[in-house]
Amino acid sequence: MPEARVIPLRPEDDPAAPPPATDWDEQVSRALEFVRRRVTGDYDTDEFGFDPDLTDHVLLPALRPLFSRWFRVETQGLANVPDIGGALLVANHSGTIPMDALMATVALHDEHPASRRLRLLGADLVFQLPLLGALARKMGTTLACNEDAERLLRAGELVGVFPEGFKGVGKPFSERYTLQRFGRGGFVTAALRTGAPIVPCAIVGAEEIYPMIGNAKTAARLLGLPYFPITPTFPLLGPLGAVPLPSKWFIAFGEPIETASYGPAAADDPMVVFNLTDQVRETIQHSLYRLLLQRRSVFS
Amino acid sequence: MPPAVVLVTGVSRWLGGALAAELAADAGLERVIGVDTVPPAPNILRRLGRTEFVRADIRSPLIAKVIESASVDTVVHMNITATPGAAGGRDPMKELNVIGSMQLLAACQRASSVRRFVLKSTSAVYGASPRDPAIFTEAMQARRMPRGGFGRDSLDIEGYVRSFARRRPDVAVAVLRFTHVIGPRIDSLLAGYLRLPVVPTLLGHDARLQLLHEEDALAVLTRAATGDFAGTVNVGAPGTVLLSQAIRRLGRVAAPVPGPAIGPLSRLTRATAVADWSREQVELLHSGRVLDTRVLREEFGLTPRFTTSAALDDYARTLAPVIAPELVGSVTGGAQSVVGRVAEGVATGRSLFRRRGDAPVVPGLRAVRDL
Repeated sequence: MPEARVIPLRPEDDPAAPPPATDWDEQVSRALEFVRRRVTGDYDTDEFGFDPDLTDHVLLPALRPLFSRWFRVETQGLANVPDIGGALLVANHSGTIPMDALMATVALHDEHPASRRLRLLGADLVFQLPLLGALARKMGTTLACNEDAERLLRAGELVGVFPEGFKGVGKPFSERYTLQRFGRGGFVTAALRTGAPIVPCAIVGAEEIYPMIGNAKTAARLLGLPYFPITPTFPLLGPLGAVPLPSKWFIAFGEPIETASYGPAAADDPMVVFNLTDQVRETIQHSLYRLLLQRRSVFS
Repeated sequence: MPPAVVLVTGVSRWLGGALAAELAADAGLERVIGVDTVPPAPNILRRLGRTEFVRADIRSPLIAKVIESASVDTVVHMNITATPGAAGGRDPMKELNVIGSMQLLAACQRASSVRRFVLKSTSAVYGASPRDPAIFTEAMQARRMPRGGFGRDSLDIEGYVRSFARRRPDVAVAVLRFTHVIGPRIDSLLAGYLRLPVVPTLLGHDARLQLLHEEDALAVLTRAATGDFAGTVNVGAPGTVLLSQAIRRLGRVAAPVPGPAIGPLSRLTRATAVADWSREQVELLHSGRVLDTRVLREEFGLTPRFTTSAALDDYARTLAPVIAPELVGSVTGGAQSVVGRVAEGVATGRSLFRRRGDAPVVPGLRAVRDL
């Protein structure tokens, strides 16, 4: 039984109580300091374009209400993500818009004891798009290619990858929670070359945020996109269709699969690569089924 | 074996002149010969010291005679123009860059005295596209051919240098791929661009920039000319900044321009001689380009003294900021103190209010409230 919490009725009676907290002025003061840093360029960015100052003070706070209030994300197995050193987080991808990547970033930053930053790998399309591409880089995303992945892993970063890619995010609602093909296993070779463990991650809930019931292929071709989603609310309700449905989310981090014992040479052995790819895929699929059984309904 | 006679092309520009001056100051060198099509400006000429200046076009066979007669053993080729404006159009620029380099290499191939060839190349050979990895190592190639003239010329020249190295295996060839050089004195392309009070940028894109301080550039060139490194090396300072960040640190104002409008705008600024920047530079602003400098540090044996931000700060000393950081600091600082004072006032007001509303505090007696 948890200990009863003592709630002081009149804090000024307690001699140890801190002086009355004027919370808002500290916040305003911090915001002003942030504005000064931004206007004068007095902040650091890394060679991938990651801007921790912007991420911590604007992007993550903007995502937090979605994380805790809207999707009420519950995390499991955070202990499976190592506190330090490089690791490759491999997750299922869904939801028409890669919201799952953003929620996983918030989960690992806010709830992991070591406040780990998830460095995502994104498709080249992301970096071609104006605004979105620049914003993605500032959040720490970089191009999904082996060179970048290996460099991040060697630098001891936690790298997040969605091997399904557009096949996963843009799949119809009827195929929800079935994993798509896992590309060519490029992520496994990156892990093998750097000896980084692979952490399989299953995300449940993202499939229902924008249930894609159709794909306007002509519109997609015209806009140069891999798919153009039609959901029950989009484009029917216009901008209102951009509001995601408030599904209940679970993010489960599975036990790490170590790769160091294979040695870096194994990256050139297709058999090892395919076996590991399948192992990761199966693990994620099983955890998806397990989480789906645990979930009482889509929205609670 | 240390070099005795060094020939530097492109000596009339700041970096070439500075290298010639640096080499001329080295008593171990017998002769330093500077070559360019135009005579150096007075301020560069003053520094050149005992450098012998030869006004020659490297496109003409005269250069072969100079190399032959002076029995040059080290050639530093840095006469590659980055913008059409400086050469008088894209055609003369290509002529000077590519044909000039071919002539120079042909002359070197003939001269048996040449032992060393240093090419000042550029990171533009890697191109710039959204499909690029974030960081280029020397072994990588452009995923998409560079579209601008400078990048294509540089790729061609590197190709000719490689075939020259095959034909003359006794010559040590060093190819230095420089990022943007910046500093208080050099008149580089990026320096000119960042000097604009309102800097046009590409809307919705924010490139990563890796810079190199002019002094480090000079140190690398000097070491390449007098040392024994052979091979290709990326030359850039540690660390990167984002373009938006660089503009802010210099106290400039960024003016994001939609992609299609940037071509006409660059033509306009070039025509009005406000700034000389080509479409290629703008494409670079699309995604930026960062070089891996492990080879520079470990094999070439030089770590730049200035990081990218330190180089930028040093350059900022020469500019009068449009938005002074001190002003921004004092405005936000003033606002902070106002907020602090208001908060204090509110807190005292609240405590006064509370004291009046609450029951008198009896020592030793705790307040108990029925719920």
